[in-house]
Amino acid sequence: MANIITRRGFLAGTAGIGAGLSLGVNGALAQAQGPLGVGFIYVGPVGDHGWSFTHDVGRKHLEQTLGAKVKTTFVENVAEGPDAERVIRQLATSGNGLIFTTSFGFMNPTERVARQFPNLKFEHATGYKSAPNLATYNARFYEGRAVIGTIAGHVSKSGIAGYVGSVPIPEVVMGINAFTLAARKVNPNFTTRVVWVNSWYDPGKEADAAKALLDQRADVLSQHTDSPAPLQQAEARGAFGFGQANDMKAFAPKAQLTAIVDDWADYYVSRAQAALDGSWKTHSVWYGMKEGMVKIAPYGPGVTDAARAAAEQVKADIISGKSHPFMGPIKDNKGVERVPAGKTLTDEELNKMDWYVEGVQA
Amino acid sequence: MNPDVLVAVFLTVITASTPLLLAALGELVTERAGVLNLGVEGMMLMGAVVGFAVTLTTGQWGLGVLAAALAGAGLALVFGVLTLTLVANQVATGLALTIFGIGVSSLIGAGFVGKPLPPLPRLAVPGLSDLPVVGRLLFGQDLLVYLSLVMTGVVAFVLNRTRIGLVLRAVGQSDVSAHAIGYPVIRIRYGAVLFGGVMSGLAGAYLSLAYTPLWVQEMTAGRGWIALAIVVFAAWRPGRALVGAYLFGGITILQLYAQGAGWLPVPSQIFSMLPYLATILVLVIISAGPWRRRLDAPACLGKPFRPAA
Repeated sequence: MANIITRRGFLAGTAGIGAGLSLGVNGALAQAQGPLGVGFIYVGPVGDHGWSFTHDVGRKHLEQTLGAKVKTTFVENVAEGPDAERVIRQLATSGNGLIFTTSFGFMNPTERVARQFPNLKFEHATGYKSAPNLATYNARFYEGRAVIGTIAGHVSKSGIAGYVGSVPIPEVVMGINAFTLAARKVNPNFTTRVVWVNSWYDPGKEADAAKALLDQRADVLSQHTDSPAPLQQAEARGAFGFGQANDMKAFAPKAQLTAIVDDWADYYVSRAQAALDGSWKTHSVWYGMKEGMVKIAPYGPGVTDAARAAAEQVKADIISGKSHPFMGPIKDNKGVERVPAGKTLTDEELNKMDWYVEGVQA
Repeated sequence: MNPDVLVAVFLTVITASTPLLLAALGELVTERAGVLNLGVEGMMLMGAVVGFAVTLTTGQWGLGVLAAALAGAGLALVFGVLTLTLVANQVATGLALTIFGIGVSSLIGAGFVGKPLPPLPRLAVPGLSDLPVVGRLLFGQDLLVYLSLVMTGVVAFVLNRTRIGLVLRAVGQSDVSAHAIGYPVIRIRYGAVLFGGVMSGLAGAYLSLAYTPLWVQEMTAGRGWIALAIVVFAAWRPGRALVGAYLFGGITILQLYAQGAGWLPVPSQIFSMLPYLATILVLVIISAGPWRRRLDAPACLGKPFRPAA
């Protein structure tokens, strides 16, 4: 009996060997000569028209710019957790020399896989764990929030902004605070009302939250969720809003004042080029408007001349380093002074932010 | 709270509850015939993407709604062939149907991401729609909202007061007996499954045409599963499905308004859990022996039927 090989068992066995061989060969080839394999994993669908979409725009730009020198692969809709580790490992074993993992929750899986593949290069977006072959990169979205906050302060008649929040992590809290601080420099009585939907991506619930805010006298919306649904509600009600992650003008030609646009393209090109040259080194960068990772989309028709001038001024001052969105004095929403005059919050303090500035109702 | 805000809250609750009600009614009929179709989420997505695509390309929302219903029915037919004709496991097939629906809808919808569409027109009754408070609530909704309410009555009437309903329930309670008396069990179940598909397709169309007039991948965001929960919550009764859908929709919306007003006493995450907690509670109660019969769970639910030759 022991010598009989069933057809099914045989096929499965050879298929396994075949797959193993081809993977090994591909991996070896990619490192020896051929194009550099660049892998991406996204937390959402590339069609989300938001966060994952912008990373994919960067990936496409990378392919166009470096042409035959790179070969990109992406895996979309990867849940943060055990699945992510499996997908990252699969990318690592299928001939990719450089792997970008583009969501905060991919941090620990990326770190574990990076340890197992010391010859491959990994880059994790928005996290804080690095290694000799694991770099981190993030964008200072809060700089963009300061610009749109300035516009909101000018445009809002009721002095109340609605903010559709996803989940209360420092990244999101930081954005709410930067927005509110900037708006209150224009209108000292400005308040921001936050509604949490506890999801990054649920168009229906985002729209409901937007309606709840608009019904309660907010006339400008900002959002830290990924779909254009809140903006669409603003358009329907004749209110204003801001696009998230990319230009969402198509959904709200009148309502969109501007959008904070994530631009990863240049970063991906420069890092892939560095990997090709052999000059790639690990680092931990946090780029903003100065480096062009955060951009402001063209202004919509609702932006007044005064708002436009003020927004441009804030933008120029942040780029030149003359001002910082979190320059003291700053009070929290319980009236306690958190940042004294003349001081600015450090990056480390920003990344731990768990309090709201004055004027935020959350 | 002033009446304007109250009206606004109710309007939002209606939009949040309508897709849940449509999908739950369809699944309720399917389950009453003894078939458990866990593919509601997938069928809703198919309805959403096809409804959106057809409305955008033809400019006719009527055609879009019709196409959405057909798309839902199409996917339901696949489920029917697999589970009724080929007698595959219903739970596994239903789960596969959801995953399949997510994939196919993303594929079909790839070219439609980021395209805007005007929302479904609201039916305005001259004079009545302008009445204070009740005008906008009762006479200013779109077609699918009214359809969901009418269908609640129709389903209740047909199930409880007509011969077809009686036969359908008999098939769900005891397929063998129904077969022995001479009723075409498989054909009746096909009908119920297709009805479920049509209603899920309409629920999807409501999402992509009225709720948030846009297409993005996986835009149902779990509503198909909540619809399934509502069917259990409602103990397979259409009237209670209406209550369940509005309760689930209502809790979600009220907590959003409470947050906006700044008087939510507990963390918002608790409210996000509530619909699921309620479902688990109902499931536990129903699974506990003595309640099961009292709540009228169809006795043949999920069991395959092979007619004796």
